[in-house]
Amino acid sequence: MPIEVNGKTLETDEEGYLVNLDDWEPAVAEAMAKEDDLELTDEHWEIINFLREYYEEYQIAPAVRVLTKAVGKRLGKDKGNSKYLYGLFPYGPGKQACRYAGLPKPTGCV
Amino acid sequence: MSDKKQFMFLNRRAPYGTIYAWESLEVVLIAAAFEQAVSLAFIDDGVYQLVTGQDTTGIGMKNFSPTYKTLGDYEVRHMYVDKDSLEARGLSVDDLVVVPWEDWETEETVDNIVEVVDSAKLAELLEESDVVFSF
Repeated sequence: MPIEVNGKTLETDEEGYLVNLDDWEPAVAEAMAKEDDLELTDEHWEIINFLREYYEEYQIAPAVRVLTKAVGKRLGKDKGNSKYLYGLFPYGPGKQACRYAGLPKPTGCV
Repeated sequence: MSDKKQFMFLNRRAPYGTIYAWESLEVVLIAAAFEQAVSLAFIDDGVYQLVTGQDTTGIGMKNFSPTYKTLGDYEVRHMYVDKDSLEARGLSVDDLVVVPWEDWETEETVDNIVEVVDSAKLAELLEESDVVFSF
């Protein structure tokens, strides 16, 4: 189902992930979050930006376990745990945050 | 942790031209995400998978070589490279990616889990593995 962002129609796959990674802009995350009735806060953006940097460096979306540890290392132990991350992204930090960040679904994520 | 199996992924082919290298890497990521003890070995043209500075623009394929650098984050502890295969191709460990590993609880670190080993050592490692995947 395509999504409308700033007057542009962007193609997504059957699970709502962007087909073309280059289509991403912050407004994409805002639009996706709106559909989920979620207001994006600075805390959400911290994770989304982290995921985009991780992808830029390693060319994959990290598994949840890796994301959790990496966030703990980079943003502090109080944020590097599933409780915090699921609090921000109730549909699963891997799946939901990666989708907002314009990344593919993490490998091994079912 | 007795239910943890020793997985060894044997990589023998060049990174592009066939899908084997990428498929192997994906299975490694999945196995590691399920908390198995995962090691990798690179033999024959498989050593090219770890060479730095790859540029795939001319062949229209995704350059997945940066992904190897995050394998330490996936708790992969060993990436063995066959010494003879490396030397036969005029390569040395300096041409290969550096993959750090860190235990984020104890802060124990390993600067590089990539290790060049001879064929006798490699045979020994394969013997010790519970499961060997060959790509």
